Amino acid sequence: MLTRRIIPCLDVRDGLVVKGVRFRDHVTMGAIEDLALRYRDQGADELVFYDITASPQGRSVDRAWVERVARIIDIPFCVAGGIRSVADARDVLNAGADKVSVNSPALERPELIAELASEFGVQCVVVGIDSLRDADGEWRVRQYTGDPAKTRALARRTLDWVQEAQRLGAGEIVLNCMGADGVRGGYDIEQLRAVRTRCRVPLIASGGAGAVEHFIAVFREADVDGALAASVFHGGEIRIPELKARLRAAAIEVRDAA
Amino acid sequence: MKVALIDSGGANIGSVRHALARLGADVVFTDDTETIRAAERVILPGVGAAAPAMAKLRAAGLIETIRTLERPLLGICLGMQLLFESSEEGDVDCLGLLPGRVTKLIESEGVRVPHMGWNRLQPIRPSVLLDGLPEGAQAYFVHSYAAPVGGDCVAACTHGMRFAAVVQRGRVAGAQFHPERSAAVGARILDNFLRAGVA
Repeated sequence: MLTRRIIPCLDVRDGLVVKGVRFRDHVTMGAIEDLALRYRDQGADELVFYDITASPQGRSVDRAWVERVARIIDIPFCVAGGIRSVADARDVLNAGADKVSVNSPALERPELIAELASEFGVQCVVVGIDSLRDADGEWRVRQYTGDPAKTRALARRTLDWVQEAQRLGAGEIVLNCMGADGVRGGYDIEQLRAVRTRCRVPLIASGGAGAVEHFIAVFREADVDGALAASVFHGGEIRIPELKARLRAAAIEVRDAA
Repeated sequence: MKVALIDSGGANIGSVRHALARLGADVVFTDDTETIRAAERVILPGVGAAAPAMAKLRAAGLIETIRTLERPLLGICLGMQLLFESSEEGDVDCLGLLPGRVTKLIESEGVRVPHMGWNRLQPIRPSVLLDGLPEGAQAYFVHSYAAPVGGDCVAACTHGMRFAAVVQRGRVAGAQFHPERSAAVGARILDNFLRAGVA
């Protein structure tokens, strides 16, 4: 049967992998290729690379590192950040990425999702959603989160956007729960469950992983297809082979680790 | 070894090219009949939709080239689906090298479409393509349509319904998953194809 995916996320800035807390104060974690290979060797099921400054700076992803990654790894990877057009996506896919993820540009112009789906097929098109609960209790979408100075709170409800994105042709949704991100207190199960009920395509949880139990909980309780995490992998607190062994012991199907 | 990677209009050719290069193949990405005929191995990749891919092959005059090819041919993902008679995706006639119609995967409770992720191969009969694979080998799938488990199916997979994961009939073979993105399992299958071909 289809296994649940473990997805290290590599935030890329100026050609290096960085990590911040709650999207701020980024520190360098290492070279892109080194981390990509390390996770591949550990048994990661997929990698996501976010060019975190591309969208706020209004530029596209630098395809040179996409090509370097494609050359050395043999697991799927998705590239996000600053993909605003079919041409941008084609560049990244031709450079060797398997999927593209769109976030802020899709909020600016939702038809982008439909254009990408029609050109490359829905399976290539991931829609990333940064979501935060507002004071009135509603989850709403945030835009340009790569740069705190430019981050905007939108009136658009997260649950509505999840449905709209699928209608337009999203083949997968990555839900980044910003309230949980970077603080390692666990995934936002409540929000992910709510989104799961509206999400017929694969759903990837993002934000909050701090311990193996958090992965077990998010698969069991929110029925997500994959779990994305960054700092716990970069810092070495969780190693993927042990994580997968624990998931399997909890009767959650995962791919054999390397 | 000279390998022709057929340009069927989809993007995402880089990963297949790099995987073949890692195995030592000399890869040319082409839509030229003579170049394709001259290659020792031919790969029909494809990410995208069946109808545009068939239109592109037709426009490039490659339908007969592929149908009458004498060298081993491997279709990957959409490229494998194009080997069949027709596809429900866009209700299009395909290459007709293998009998059967490609249909949409059926969504149900807990079965999400696209089928995206790592899933187990279920061997049905021996094939040189599967040589040396560990029992319960897993591969990376990304697709919404699939071919039926017919007489040419050498390994199946299940996502809601059972479908063909690897097919082979004479010189024609296909993998529904992405061997170029299936780590050691995929590399082995590609290497088997490069070394032994199919027959």
